[in-house]
Amino acid sequence: MPIEILMPALSPTMEEGNLAKWLVKEGDTVAAGDIIAEIETDKATMEVEAVDEGTVAKIVIDAGTEGVKVNSVIAVLAANGEDASDAVNATASKEPAPAQEPAQETEKKEATPAPEPVSISVASDPDIPEGTEMVSMTVREALNSAMAEEMRADPDVFVMGEEVAEYQGAYKITQGLLDEFGPKRVVDTPITEHGFAGIGVGAAMAGLKPVVEFMTFNFAMQAIDQIINSAAKTLYMSGGQMGAPMVFRGPNGAAARVGAQHSQCYAAWYGHIPGLKVVMPYTAADAKGLLKAAIRDPNPVIFLENEILYGQSFDVPKLEDHVLPIGKARIHKQGNDATIVSFGIGMTYAVKAAEQLAGEGIDVEIIDLRTIRPIDLDTVIESVKKTGRLVTVEEGFPQSSVGDHIASQIVQRAFDYLDAPVVTICGKDVPMPYAENLEKLALPNVDEVVQAVKQVAYKD
Amino acid sequence: MAAKAKKSGVEAEKISTVHKAPAPKKFNKETDLKAYKDMLLIRRFEERAGQLYGMGFIGGFCHLYIGQEAVVTGMQIAAEDGDQVITSYRDHGHMLSCGMDPKGVMAELTGRVGGYSKGKGGSMHMFSKEKNFFGGHGIVGAQVSLGTGLAFANKYRENKNVSMTYFGDGASNQGQVYESFNMASLWHLPVIYIVENNRYAMGTSVSRSSAQTDFSQRGASFNIPGMQVDGMDVRAVTAAGEYAIKRAREGKGPFILDMQTYRYRGHSMSDPAKYRTKDEVQKMRAEHDPIEQAKQRIIKSKWASEDDLKAVDKEIREIVSAAAEFAQNDARPDPSELYTEILI
Repeated sequence: MPIEILMPALSPTMEEGNLAKWLVKEGDTVAAGDIIAEIETDKATMEVEAVDEGTVAKIVIDAGTEGVKVNSVIAVLAANGEDASDAVNATASKEPAPAQEPAQETEKKEATPAPEPVSISVASDPDIPEGTEMVSMTVREALNSAMAEEMRADPDVFVMGEEVAEYQGAYKITQGLLDEFGPKRVVDTPITEHGFAGIGVGAAMAGLKPVVEFMTFNFAMQAIDQIINSAAKTLYMSGGQMGAPMVFRGPNGAAARVGAQHSQCYAAWYGHIPGLKVVMPYTAADAKGLLKAAIRDPNPVIFLENEILYGQSFDVPKLEDHVLPIGKARIHKQGNDATIVSFGIGMTYAVKAAEQLAGEGIDVEIIDLRTIRPIDLDTVIESVKKTGRLVTVEEGFPQSSVGDHIASQIVQRAFDYLDAPVVTICGKDVPMPYAENLEKLALPNVDEVVQAVKQVAYKD
Repeated sequence: MAAKAKKSGVEAEKISTVHKAPAPKKFNKETDLKAYKDMLLIRRFEERAGQLYGMGFIGGFCHLYIGQEAVVTGMQIAAEDGDQVITSYRDHGHMLSCGMDPKGVMAELTGRVGGYSKGKGGSMHMFSKEKNFFGGHGIVGAQVSLGTGLAFANKYRENKNVSMTYFGDGASNQGQVYESFNMASLWHLPVIYIVENNRYAMGTSVSRSSAQTDFSQRGASFNIPGMQVDGMDVRAVTAAGEYAIKRAREGKGPFILDMQTYRYRGHSMSDPAKYRTKDEVQKMRAEHDPIEQAKQRIIKSKWASEDDLKAVDKEIREIVSAAAEFAQNDARPDPSELYTEILI
């Protein structure tokens, strides 16, 4: 039987990659363990090893091809004793999945009926001047350029964390910074979160402006005493004499299939603490503008990113100095029938649900909070006054969630405007499971959001 | 094989981490009198704080420094302007030694607006940007990472300042202390780790809490040298401090000083100190008291008479009385202060 060599997934969130280089050609014999190709992702270049022995019968995807989906056939191997041309014919009749359509994607699309094409009115950000030219940029590039620009502007800004320098960042957010700014300002630390968080706070108390990267915020639990007891409280405890002008940043929340200890959202945790600012952007434009603001902010800022969003592209204003205000929500889409409030990756569910609901004639307003603390309740209240209905969406655990806080505040401050009880959509009240199906169940989904909106709009 | 390992940098540099304490510093008249006066101010201040606590003017936790005065006094004689000081919650002595106003410190203890933190910090949380005093930290061991961060900033700015990072024998068992040691040594940060080994972590003696009771060698795994110092002799402290500070200022990295000292009072005001005998305390007071040692030395050197020193004592009492007077009568912070200085 001929053997199909498939495009491998090299990280939990990889969906596609570039086939950079073949190290074998048709007719070559390979043994298990031989390196046969190089693959580039937005994070790294990785080598592909042969698992089986045989002769390369056909190279299906040429070197230099971009956007090759995971699990698509990249080459065919004739097993020992097999004729190479027979092998090619045998697989050709099976019609390997086209490179553009990965098997996994279809399942998601089938989950809900395709909505009628409708025009979505997406609100423009009032903080960006009208007519500004936009460029497409990934969240990763946005974060990277935000740090680079602020480091160029202020010699007191430095980055420290695990693998931020020579490795170019575990998620490549700090790529290139070492080359430009050198090891003094791009500091590789040992694996020692509690220690380097404390060193960062101390350096900030002395007036430097550290950007402390946690490889993920799950690891920051080791350092949470320094973040809360030292960084957040010193300004108050010192009667205003000194504080911690710094940023703690890194990926937060669930990635994909990384299990309970690596999949947790900390928005509500840090949102609880006076003395902190907490930012959690969704779009690349917000990621850039808010990270620049966070670095300039004289207070400690928790900047919660998301691994799945890193590779997603958005329009980013082409401005010399794109800075956005912390503490201000953005109306992502205007609507009249119900309000969805979300933030970070929660927005992906909100946006898809709104598209689907539009097809069913329900016109949803989406508010992207962007900042968890200080929280922009005024914008939420204004929207609720208009729609009378509110659904919140986040991936974090349900008890004492950000949605709980919003619901309680709306009840206390805008009760008379509500036409239905507020519904809060959260991750389920369970540690994150590993199994693919269970993980999907543990996270919110578009259908839950759609149902919640119908419930508050009495349309179900 | 060995040569190859060396070339690749695999073989760690072998250094001895055991350094011998230098002989006590020979103070001149001026320095000896200053040390005496500074230590006496701390002693009298703390006695008065204890009294005000008993009267209900000071609330919460109050950790007195009585018995340990030679440590911070001797170190501050060795330090220079611009060097930072950071310590735990047993911090009143450090603040006075940094030159902070006794009135402002005492008023913070009573929670008044004239306190260093406007009454919002309390005994454990005071700071002075002007005097390079960085607190005042209530979480045991947290100040060690922070103090290492101050040293990081010194190196970043190439300003030649040194961070004086104080902690107790109790804090020496916290994990972040060793995380900090590792990075301080790796990056050659100018930090002096001053272990105020007063023999008891709250109520647990060093021998019951610590597998390695020679704290000067707690950095051996990180190639940080250290020495044990008679922390009851201010001159010994200064000599050791100068040795360590000079090294750090020259870029040779961190150093650990195990200051063997003693706390006469309980861990805090509410500690009856049942874990040790009265005789033990009495013996330390009678034979090793840092202030009495300085006093006898000064008289013996004929740098001052008993009467001269009585006058010094009177002067100190007046300073402390004025501070106590101020702290009892100063206004409480305005209710509006509740919501200020949370964010800038």
